[in-house]
Amino acid sequence: MTYNFDWSVLWRGQSGLWLLQGLVTTIEISVVAWVVAFTLGIFSGAVRTVSITPLRWLASFYVEFFRNVPLLVWMFFWYFAVPPLLPQPLQDWLFDHGAEFWAGVVALGVYHGARFSEVMRSGIQSIPKTLFEAAVSTGLTMAQAYRLIIIPIALRLIIPPATNESLNLIKNSSVALTIGVAELTFQTRQIETYTAKAFEALTAGTLIYLVLCLAIATTMSQLEKRFAIPGMITKRQTGEF
Amino acid sequence: MIEFRDVDKWFGSLHVLKRINLKVSGGEVVVVCGPSGSGKSTLIRCVNRLESIQSGEIIVDGQSLLDPKFDPSKLRTDVGMVFQSFNLYPHMTVLQNITLAPTKVKGLAAGEAEKVAKELLDRVGIPDKAGVYPANLSGGQQQRVAIARALAMKPKIMLFDEPTSALDPEMINEVLEVMTDLAHDGMTMVVVTHEMGFARRVAHRVVFMDEGQIIEEGKPETFFGAPQSPRAQQFLGKILSH
Repeated sequence: MTYNFDWSVLWRGQSGLWLLQGLVTTIEISVVAWVVAFTLGIFSGAVRTVSITPLRWLASFYVEFFRNVPLLVWMFFWYFAVPPLLPQPLQDWLFDHGAEFWAGVVALGVYHGARFSEVMRSGIQSIPKTLFEAAVSTGLTMAQAYRLIIIPIALRLIIPPATNESLNLIKNSSVALTIGVAELTFQTRQIETYTAKAFEALTAGTLIYLVLCLAIATTMSQLEKRFAIPGMITKRQTGEF
Repeated sequence: MIEFRDVDKWFGSLHVLKRINLKVSGGEVVVVCGPSGSGKSTLIRCVNRLESIQSGEIIVDGQSLLDPKFDPSKLRTDVGMVFQSFNLYPHMTVLQNITLAPTKVKGLAAGEAEKVAKELLDRVGIPDKAGVYPANLSGGQQQRVAIARALAMKPKIMLFDEPTSALDPEMINEVLEVMTDLAHDGMTMVVVTHEMGFARRVAHRVVFMDEGQIIEEGKPETFFGAPQSPRAQQFLGKILSH
């Protein structure tokens, strides 16, 4: 093996700054896209369980349309295909204000929203129907029963798969490099290009993703314990078996 | 208070309620009994519109459930319901379970709702359980909380759908006692149950159903003493023999 390791490329020159900027952009695009995805997912996932047929169809259409097209295609679609359809002033404004960032947000948001939607739907479907009936039989409207009972319970139940999906969203934000978003993977590629040290650059990127995702997974697992519903199977009770 | 007029209901091709005519007056306690699948649960679930009907008419507290202006949520504030499976909100304490509807539906202040809830917990005999989660209660206690939750809306009618069927024998009585108290206070009650002792002691009238039809109805002493239809005789023979 003749490869000469040179880890100092990571802190010489601008590398450190690039990695930091990349991390910040990854976090920014992930957080904004997560809010979009989570909102779309919770709402459409809940709607898919109600008895109002047109709404249910609309939500099903959203899920099937947006989850069955590759994320990369969505990136290209929202960045290259959609802006030319917009009015000229809006186009100009977008391209002055990071159009690639917003296209990436929309692509990640709608794609993961569709996936969150299924997580939410399965969470709601694991709640006995009679609990909903008990809620509405006290006079709560359907919307109140969902807002006060069904969704809060489902949110607690779906923490593990929702964490999984959130981590996927962060990792998938790297696809946004294809439309020029200068996120973490984009920056590691840049370091590699400037220094020709692929192993060092990609190792740095790998570790940063790993630490970021592990930190989130740990936080979520704390949340899961904090919000565990008494009487449900949780980690704390496994000793009884 | 409740009136069924020629009510028919189907689940797909299954004819679950056949030409039901039934009147329940204010303050009356009616026990509905019959074999599994006879339509008795479906019958009371029609009263608060958890089920809709395909023909006939149901009138509850003076309003027709077929009226285009009819609002199920408004009706349900006057009609409490207790289920076989308790259905307490597992993520809320007992107190929160009881105060939720009064604060969210009637706009009662939190303090006022808590006062009402504590009085009701006292009434159902578990004043010390306000801060506990449902999972930490016995079945009998959970069902008593469910009754308190329904009563917190100050309903005019209470529906009970097999309230003791999921309970251990020793817990059945604590729930029946609460229901008996309620009946003595003059609550209009429709109770689907297999507790024939309760029916005998508390009911003003017993309705016997089979295959979606009301086969027989009458005062408990008549129904239990001298059932008219062969189907009712057979049913009572089976359940009273042990």
